[in-house]
Amino acid sequence: MPRVVFTANLKRHTDCAEKTVSGKTVLEALRQVFQENPKLKSYVLDEQDRLRKHMVIFVDGQTIQDRETLSDDVRNDSEIYVMQALSGG
Amino acid sequence: MSEKLFLATRKGFFTLKKKTDRWSIDDVAFLGNNATMCFQDLRDRALYVAFDHGHFGVKLHRSDDDGKTWKELSPPAFPKVLEDAEEKPSVSEIWSLESAGPDKVGSLWAGTIPGGLFHSADRGDSWQLVTSLWNREERKEWFGGGKDFPGIHSICVDPRDSDKVMLGVSCGGVWVTENSGETWNCKAEGMRAEYMPPERTHDPNIQDPHILVQCPGHPDALWVQHHNGIFKSTDCANSWQEIENPAVSPFGFATAVHPTDPQTAWFVPGVKDECRVPVDGKLVVTRTTDGGKSFDVLGEGLPQEHCYDIVFRHCLAIDSTGSQLAMGSSTGSLWISENGGENWLNVAQHLPQIYCVRFAN
Repeated sequence: MPRVVFTANLKRHTDCAEKTVSGKTVLEALRQVFQENPKLKSYVLDEQDRLRKHMVIFVDGQTIQDRETLSDDVRNDSEIYVMQALSGG
Repeated sequence: MSEKLFLATRKGFFTLKKKTDRWSIDDVAFLGNNATMCFQDLRDRALYVAFDHGHFGVKLHRSDDDGKTWKELSPPAFPKVLEDAEEKPSVSEIWSLESAGPDKVGSLWAGTIPGGLFHSADRGDSWQLVTSLWNREERKEWFGGGKDFPGIHSICVDPRDSDKVMLGVSCGGVWVTENSGETWNCKAEGMRAEYMPPERTHDPNIQDPHILVQCPGHPDALWVQHHNGIFKSTDCANSWQEIENPAVSPFGFATAVHPTDPQTAWFVPGVKDECRVPVDGKLVVTRTTDGGKSFDVLGEGLPQEHCYDIVFRHCLAIDSTGSQLAMGSSTGSLWISENGGENWLNVAQHLPQIYCVRFAN
């Protein structure tokens, strides 16, 4: 099952322990995390559910292509890293 | 005079107190976080601090015990739109935050970038977009002034009638409601935009007031530091007059008006928009006491050579006596005057970039 890991810099704002989830896309995987921790969602996605401008998501080491709807596929053994982009300083 | 003030800065929220005639930093909260706006509600003394976390978006916190503890609130946020919507807005900064009036307990207004106005009826626990303004066709002509998108930086609630609210928008002019947000009118006739082609120079809808302030004791009197000049109104925004020959420079960001004397206002000039530093390296505050006919240039206690501080639009505060001013700068310096700007005392240096200065209740 895919594993979601969040940047440690989020810890000062909210719980963000890594989670093992199900799902075939990045969005499906994240939705499960946000269901348990709704506050975390607003730190990663904006109010239109887009990935925030200075956040980046890696799936198995590759940045996702679809920052608008997060439709990138994930495999059963995928590792999803939700990180701060350096563009944000 | 006030003996406490608040600073929203690039790296945290600071509280300063005056003890035995000396100002000092009393508390630092949210260290490392980018605080864009702060506000103390005079009705219940609650403190609000807004953040732009950059990576993690806009957040809002409230304290009901003078800053000892904080509660994270839901920040103003746009409703989710359909996937094929032409516009998909997202709040990138809370740029103004004010009480909706002494008679509207618990009600707040928040102005944001990209130009949404929000209202809360429950002390910031939840917010609603004011669609009557957001849906105005004229908004499509607004544009960013120093920011990627337009923003509401000034909210003036008429002390005579809290249903009357005036907004300053960069770049979108001055907008006024007389019915608590049901309907709006753009009221910037008389302003002038040098950055527009000739046929649009006087278009009210694209003016760039940097800050709009209202004299509490004479609410028909308004002052605006604009992108290319100083403007005043004596008829509650129905018309604006440009101040001829403002001292030192017509460019600046911050403005303060005396709480009871509408003829007295302060400004902090910079060279011009292409060069945003003090003129000749001298930081000065200019003050008019005759409605803009003449100005005093006040620099006693302020750096007078090789000074490159800029005082951003929310960084010149005046207390309720009209004698005490506080000014915070882009280099993290803070000055206080207790005599209307005649003399200034540098009470803090090396702070983070200061974005908002407010005297405490």
